[in-house]
Amino acid sequence: MAGYPAWDQDSAQLIVAGLAHLEGATLPILHALQEEFGHVDPQAVPLIADALNLSRAEVHGAISFYHDFRTSPAPRRVIKLCRAEACQALGCEALVEHLAQDHGIAVDAHSQTSDVAVETVYCLGNCALGPAALVDGELIGRIDPARLSELCAGSDRGVRT
Amino acid sequence: MNTPAQTIRIFVPIDAAALSVGAEGVAQAIAREAQARGVAVEIVRNGTRGMLWLEPLVEVETPAGRIAYGPVAAKDVPALFDAGLTSGGSHALRLGLTDELDWMKRQQRLTFARIGVTDPLSLADYRDHDGLAGLKAALGMTGAAIAEAVKASGLRGRGGAGFPTGIKWKTVHDAQAEQKYIVCNADEGDSGTFADRMLMEGDPFMLIEGMAIAAIAVGATRGYIYLRSEYPHAHRTLQRAILKAQNAGLLGDSVLGSGHAFHLEVRLGAGAYICGEETSLLESLEGKRAIVRAKPPLPALQGLFGKPTVVNNVLSFAAVPWILQHGAQAYADFGLGRSRGTLPVQLGGNVKRGGLIELAFGISLREIIEDLGGGTLSGRPIRAVQVGGPLGAYLTAAQLDVPMDYEALASMRAMLGHGGIVVFDDSVDMARQARFAFEFCAKESCGKCTPCRIGATRGVEVMDRIIAGVERPKNIAVLRDLSKLMTDASLCAMGGLTPVPVLSALNHFSEDFDRPVPPSKSLPMAAE
Repeated sequence: MAGYPAWDQDSAQLIVAGLAHLEGATLPILHALQEEFGHVDPQAVPLIADALNLSRAEVHGAISFYHDFRTSPAPRRVIKLCRAEACQALGCEALVEHLAQDHGIAVDAHSQTSDVAVETVYCLGNCALGPAALVDGELIGRIDPARLSELCAGSDRGVRT
Repeated sequence: MNTPAQTIRIFVPIDAAALSVGAEGVAQAIAREAQARGVAVEIVRNGTRGMLWLEPLVEVETPAGRIAYGPVAAKDVPALFDAGLTSGGSHALRLGLTDELDWMKRQQRLTFARIGVTDPLSLADYRDHDGLAGLKAALGMTGAAIAEAVKASGLRGRGGAGFPTGIKWKTVHDAQAEQKYIVCNADEGDSGTFADRMLMEGDPFMLIEGMAIAAIAVGATRGYIYLRSEYPHAHRTLQRAILKAQNAGLLGDSVLGSGHAFHLEVRLGAGAYICGEETSLLESLEGKRAIVRAKPPLPALQGLFGKPTVVNNVLSFAAVPWILQHGAQAYADFGLGRSRGTLPVQLGGNVKRGGLIELAFGISLREIIEDLGGGTLSGRPIRAVQVGGPLGAYLTAAQLDVPMDYEALASMRAMLGHGGIVVFDDSVDMARQARFAFEFCAKESCGKCTPCRIGATRGVEVMDRIIAGVERPKNIAVLRDLSKLMTDASLCAMGGLTPVPVLSALNHFSEDFDRPVPPSKSLPMAAE
């Protein structure tokens, strides 16, 4: 999904303050920041640490532990491609090769130049209709190279049919 | 009888799997077509029946029952209307009465009885289909009696470990604390499993009801559903369902006017497989790195924020309303041996007919894969079947007569886990699968214990050497040694069970560990 606003420390502070009362607020805050800005800027660390009375190391530790949180701006489109066993059984690794050969996209490579990133996920719960991917919050089943190419080109036809 | 003036109910699933193959477009096409033809239809967005190869599965309510059509594409819709879809007319995609389809008739649906039948977010539908009967029964019982009923039903944790649910509840019930918690483990990370997702999207009130019963049983007032972030559809559905449940007095300061308070929230994980391990999940809920805790203390005594906590899987909580409504014995009458009740089996991977089947324990893998599943999607022979997720064993096509129950699988060094079955055809390279098991463990290990953190990486290296043909007998000896160490010395199941798929691949498919070496690979180092 394109068009996240640039990181803004003041609105980030508001988001943090609005959720700080929750029990175990760290993950809800990190999710809310990423939903707003597309990533969690390192500037968020002292904000969260202050609000939750944690050390900066604890906050940084949480951000870096989880695969979901990105610390630099998101590309225009992120395709989360399932590479767990059920999708392996239906050839998801051939899709990885297709991405490299036809689109020059290396899965999980965080290139700043491409506007499409493909990331590995392990299981989207669509194991009877694989290979599966999650694109802009939409689940897509029975992906083949042609469909994947459409998604890489940014076509919404690939997402909503 | 359907008269032209009557509104016809048409069901199009809103389950993520159905959406993944175009259900949204089908629902829109039906709405457009009905409007253009001046036919009054009500489109109900139900859960999935679990016949996922038939999705999008459209059903039409007729006086004879619901008639199924599938798999329907948006472009089929005008022709379906031409064929008399609204009165169940005949068409190439017409499958017949849904309840009479072989896949449905062979099941014993207790937990999944409503799923695909009702509108998941309609409390009225829920009540009309036995919803809240279990909770109402529970409100007339003492906490200890509820825990006893769950124990007597024989229900064992459906998350994988198979621990008796009633015993866990009794422990939390007996613990003394100002605050207790109910936590639902909805971090369904095992590949090949999707029963939790289907249930949360298809019948969220049942999970809420089961958790409320647990809260009343043990005296807890707060609950969390820890949901993996890979399930955005389930997240939306659960949030809406919780809001509706609050508004209806099913959750809040006084559950159904009983005076018991129970507040429930959904929390999202953030892409970490280890959070399916209960202590790591609790760390994550507390806002920390999801590092596994040593046990004891048990979460039942010192769980979330150090308080007594019931941690159960989605399917475990969801089984409870039925047990309390119908009685413990009625549930225990299903199944065999020490595996009582029903098991939602999830069939996926390279299989012609994949989906969810809820059955009493004891059906064989072969019946599931060959009779219900119809063999592989590719049409090639079945070579391997992985049962129980990424930490489960690979079985050969010759081993499929084993019955699906905890003990029978354990006797084959396999495990039932969360009931997921992944089918592979003969193009699979089992040495690659063994390598993947280590690679997955290396990526997803929490890093607390050395056997898992270091062992997984060493496992990838050893597998690379074996695949590259470097001193194979010596490296296979290293592989077995490493596997034994990880099994014996890891803190939790992540490191402890990673050797299960590896060794099953090595023992049952040894020829794949001795394949000719592909040319032009750089030479890795020898075994140490």
